[in-house]
Amino acid sequence: MKMARLKMAGMLAIPFIAAVMGVVVWAALTPVQFASREEVFEIPKGTWARRMSGDKVEILPSQIRLTLGVHDVLLLRNLDDVPQVFGPTIMMPGQSFRLPFEVASSYSFACTAHLSGQMIIVVDPQPLSPWARLSWRTATLWNAVT
Amino acid sequence: MNRILVLLASLLMSAVSARADDATLKAGVFDPPRAAPDFALPGSNGTELKLSAYRGKVVLLGFGFTSCAAVCPITLGTLAQVHKKLGAQANELQVVYITVDPERDDEARLKKYLTAFNPTFVGGTGTDAQLAAVRKDFGIAAEKVAGPDGSYTHSSFIYLIDREGGLRALMPFGHLADDYVHDVRVLLATP
Repeated sequence: MKMARLKMAGMLAIPFIAAVMGVVVWAALTPVQFASREEVFEIPKGTWARRMSGDKVEILPSQIRLTLGVHDVLLLRNLDDVPQVFGPTIMMPGQSFRLPFEVASSYSFACTAHLSGQMIIVVDPQPLSPWARLSWRTATLWNAVT
Repeated sequence: MNRILVLLASLLMSAVSARADDATLKAGVFDPPRAAPDFALPGSNGTELKLSAYRGKVVLLGFGFTSCAAVCPITLGTLAQVHKKLGAQANELQVVYITVDPERDDEARLKKYLTAFNPTFVGGTGTDAQLAAVRKDFGIAAEKVAGPDGSYTHSSFIYLIDREGGLRALMPFGHLADDYVHDVRVLLATP
């Protein structure tokens, strides 16, 4: 009886391990690509009114993480009805600001929209090696889940 | 009828190509670009510094102060390289640097400082209120740091303004001269 159970478990484990191995191989060998390389942040309509009523609205995180060749373009949009200091600059209603990055580094911008007065953009190198792809996908999955 | 279709197609293509030019800029691009706010400040060249006076040229506009030890010398050094690399096209470029430290940066001091990088660079100063208004118009952050040396933290990017006075793009600190040269040439080539 015990042997039969072990045999059954083994039969179930083999396809599971094969599937996991397949996913790992795919994650390591398939280039990381998305339809768009833009990381989009928008100021929704009515944000100014909400702020005026005392609501502390944070649109941009104080740190943004981008990856070269994957998501390496920061796209900010002001959909509100008034000019807004957004990221490093001031943006008019309906205006967008598209900032591409070509060098992996940490960029610091003065940003009065943040309490710290700074916005940091960390641009990671393009994940080209199998190990880098695997790490990038794992970290992205982890960040999405947590 | 065919002529109209050809004309429409060429207009469409030129619009697409103008947009493609923007997309190829190394700097961050505003869409749609707005008119760069004009200002009138005491200039380091002894005359009133008006942004609108440079229509027809591409303007690189920055904010800083002459006692800046970290950012400004690097930025201005880079812009001096840009001027040199552009060769004859440099005649169509104007670098404008506005101080955030009017207490120390008068016209003479700005002139001496900027001339060390390039004699064509022009600086602007003014009263606290005048400069604060200009900074507000351009979304520039500047704050005095507590301490004996009277230093400032300030926005370190450079605005790219096209020949017609459109605020087209923003180059973050740290870009090499070649990136500026590339973008200035794109803007100069755009009618």
